[in-house]
Amino acid sequence: MTNWSIILSISKTHLLSRIKQTGVAALGVTFGIGTFIILVSFMTGLNGLLDGLILNRTPHVHIYNEIKPSVKQPIDYYEKVKDGFKIVRSVKPKFTQTKIHNALPLMKQLNDDPEVKGAIPQLKAQIFYVSGSIELGGNLVGIDVKEEVRLFNFGDYVVKGDPSALANYDNGILMGAGAAAKMSLDVGNTVQVSTVSGDVFPLKIVGIYQSGLSEIDDIQSYASLKTVQRILGESRNYITDINVKLYDIEKAVALAQRLEKQFDVTAVDINTANAQFETGTAIRNLITYAVSITLLIVAGFGIYNILNMLIYEKMNDIAILKATGFSGRDVKYIFMTQALLIGLVGGFFGILVGYGISVVIDNLPFETQALPTIKTYPVNYDISYYVIGVVFAMVSTFLAGYLPARKAEKIDPVEIIRGQ
Amino acid sequence: MGKEIILEAKNINKYFREPVLFHVLKDINFTIKNGEFVSIMGKSGCGKSTLLYILSTMDTDYEGELYLGGDKLTGKHHEELAKIRSKHIGFVFQFHYLLSEFTVLENVMLPAKKLGLKSLQEIEHDAMEKLKLLHIDEQAHKLASRISGGQKQRVAIARALINDPDIIMGDEPTGNLDSHNAQNVMEIFKNLVQERNLSLLIVTHDTDFATKTDRIIEMEDGYIIKK
Ligand SMILES: Nc1ncnc2c1ncn2[C@@H]1O[C@H](COP(=O)(O)OP(=O)(O)OP(=O)(O)O)[C@@H](O)[C@H]1O
Ligand SMILES: [Mg+2]
Repeated sequence: MTNWSIILSISKTHLLSRIKQTGVAALGVTFGIGTFIILVSFMTGLNGLLDGLILNRTPHVHIYNEIKPSVKQPIDYYEKVKDGFKIVRSVKPKFTQTKIHNALPLMKQLNDDPEVKGAIPQLKAQIFYVSGSIELGGNLVGIDVKEEVRLFNFGDYVVKGDPSALANYDNGILMGAGAAAKMSLDVGNTVQVSTVSGDVFPLKIVGIYQSGLSEIDDIQSYASLKTVQRILGESRNYITDINVKLYDIEKAVALAQRLEKQFDVTAVDINTANAQFETGTAIRNLITYAVSITLLIVAGFGIYNILNMLIYEKMNDIAILKATGFSGRDVKYIFMTQALLIGLVGGFFGILVGYGISVVIDNLPFETQALPTIKTYPVNYDISYYVIGVVFAMVSTFLAGYLPARKAEKIDPVEIIRGQ
Repeated sequence: MGKEIILEAKNINKYFREPVLFHVLKDINFTIKNGEFVSIMGKSGCGKSTLLYILSTMDTDYEGELYLGGDKLTGKHHEELAKIRSKHIGFVFQFHYLLSEFTVLENVMLPAKKLGLKSLQEIEHDAMEKLKLLHIDEQAHKLASRISGGQKQRVAIARALINDPDIIMGDEPTGNLDSHNAQNVMEIFKNLVQERNLSLLIVTHDTDFATKTDRIIEMEDGYIIKK
C-alpha cells in the first residue's frame, strides 16, 4: 500500500526547499540532454547532407562498356592446344563501341524490376566548345532531364535557368558554370559545339550547371539525349551509360553482379564506388554517441552526488518519517521520486534547449561553393533523438537515485534519534 | 474492557555490542492495560529510552517477546511493523522531532495521510483539533523550524495523537515545557486516558508528573526494580 500523493508531496517539498541544489542537478541533466540533442541533430544533419551530396547524385548501379582486353584471347578457342602453355604478348584492348549493346531492352528489363526505382540512359560525348578561334575541350552528356531531376536531384545543381527547358527546347544546353565563365557566356547566349569529327552545332544556353567540383564544372555540359545523338549522328539506341537507382541501396551489390553476369557490360555498384564514404559516416556516428553518452553519464553522477548529500542532510527527516509509520520502502520511493523529478524537469528543459539551439544552428548561414543548394547549417529534427534523450535522462536519474535511495531505505531511525 | 492488556513485554534483554558488549536491558517483564497511565522513572543512562525504542517497534534488535493487543510483534517484518506503528502507536521523542521544511499543520497531518484511512479534509480538521487541544493552533501555518522548543514539543504530541493510537509512548515529552504547559499536557494526557481509553507510557524525570500517573515503573541499571 503506497500512497503516492503523499510521497510526491514530500519529495516536492524536499526539492523546493533546496531549490539551488535541485536546480544544479536538473541543470546537469538539461546540459547532458541538450548537448546530446544538439550534437546528434547536427551530426546526423551533416551526415544526411553528405549522404545527399554523394548518394543522391551517384547512381546505385552504373552500367557502361569498359574498354579492356578480352579475357579470352583467340588462342583460347583453339582446341588443339587446350592443355598447352600459352603466352600472348602485347595484348591490346578489343575494339568495341563505347555504346552499350542492346541498351534499350536492358533498360526496359531494369525498369520492369520492382526493386528498381528507375534506370535512365546517358550518352557521354567528347566535344569542343568553340569560341572564336579558341577551342575548349569538354564533355557533353545527353540526359533524360525529367528522370534525372526525379531520381538524382539534378535540379539542385542547375543554379541558373530551368532544367526542364532542356526537354522542351530542341537545341538547348545546360553549360557547366566554369566553362561558361571561361567563355563569358550566360543564359540566353548561344555556344558553338564541335564534335570530334568536326561538325559544328550552335546550341542555346538554357541554364548553368554547377556541381561544386570545379574539374567537372569546367568541362561538362548537359543536353537532351536526343540532341546529343543527333550531334553525333547516331541512332536512338546509342547509349553509353545506364544509371540505376534502387529503392533499397543495400541491393546494389547483388544487382551489379547479376547484370555483369547476364549482360556483357560493366556494372559498378555504389558501395564499391564509395566504400570510404560509408566508413566516414560510421565513425562520425560513433563519435556523436560516445560524446553524448559521456555527457549523460556525467549528469547522472551529478544527480547521484546531490541526492547523496541530500540524504545525509535529511537523516533526521528520514528517522522521523520512519518513526511515524513510514516504511523503508516509502522512504526509498521518496528519494527515487526526487531523482526522477530532477530527471524529468532537467530532461524537459534539455529538450527545449536542444531544440532551441538546433533551430539557431539551422538558421546560421553556411554557404559554400561546393554545395550550391545549402544556405544554412544542416540539422536533423528527428523526433526519435528527443525520445532517446528523455529515456536516457530517466534511466540515468533512476540509476543515480537508486543507490542513495536504498541507503535511505536502510537507515535505522533509532540510531539517528539516539545520536541527537 | 478496562482490564484488557494492551502491551506486554516478556523477558526482554538488550545488548549493545559496540564499543564493548554491554547488557543494557535485563529481563524486562511488564504489562500495560487499556486506559492505564504509566510512567517510567530512573537515573540517566539506566536504559529508559532504549526500552522505549524497543516497545515502539523501531528497534528490533533484542531478545524476548513483545505483544501489542495480544498480537506478537517480535519477528515481524519491518514493513509490517511500520504499518502497526502508524496505526496503533503514537510516539513523542525525548527531543522534539519535526520535519523542519513542513508547516506545523503538515507535520501533524503526515502520519494520518500515510495511514490513508480518512479524507484530506477530515485529516486537516482532526489535525486542527489536536493543535487546539495543545493550544498551538495559531501556529498551524508556520514552518516547523520557526517555532519555539516548547511549541515544537506540543506539536510532536499533537502528531502522536493524530491517528488515535491505542498507546502513546513519550520520552520526556514535558522535558522542555514550563510548568504551566507541562500541567496542560498532563491534563490532556489524563483526559485522553479517561475519555478514549488510551494507554500512556511516559518516561519522565519529573516526580510531580509521575505521582499523578496510575503507576510508576522504576528502573535501575537495566532492571525494573519496582512496578
Ligand atoms: N548506541 C549505543 N551503543 C552503546 N551504548 C549505548 C548506545 N546507546 C545508548 N547506550 C548506553 O545505554 C545506556 C542506556 O541509554 P538510554 O539512552 O536508554 O538511557 P536513558 O535512561 O534514556 O537516559 P536519559 O534519562 O539520560 O535519557 C546508557 O548507559 C548508554 O551509554
Ligand atoms: Mg533517554
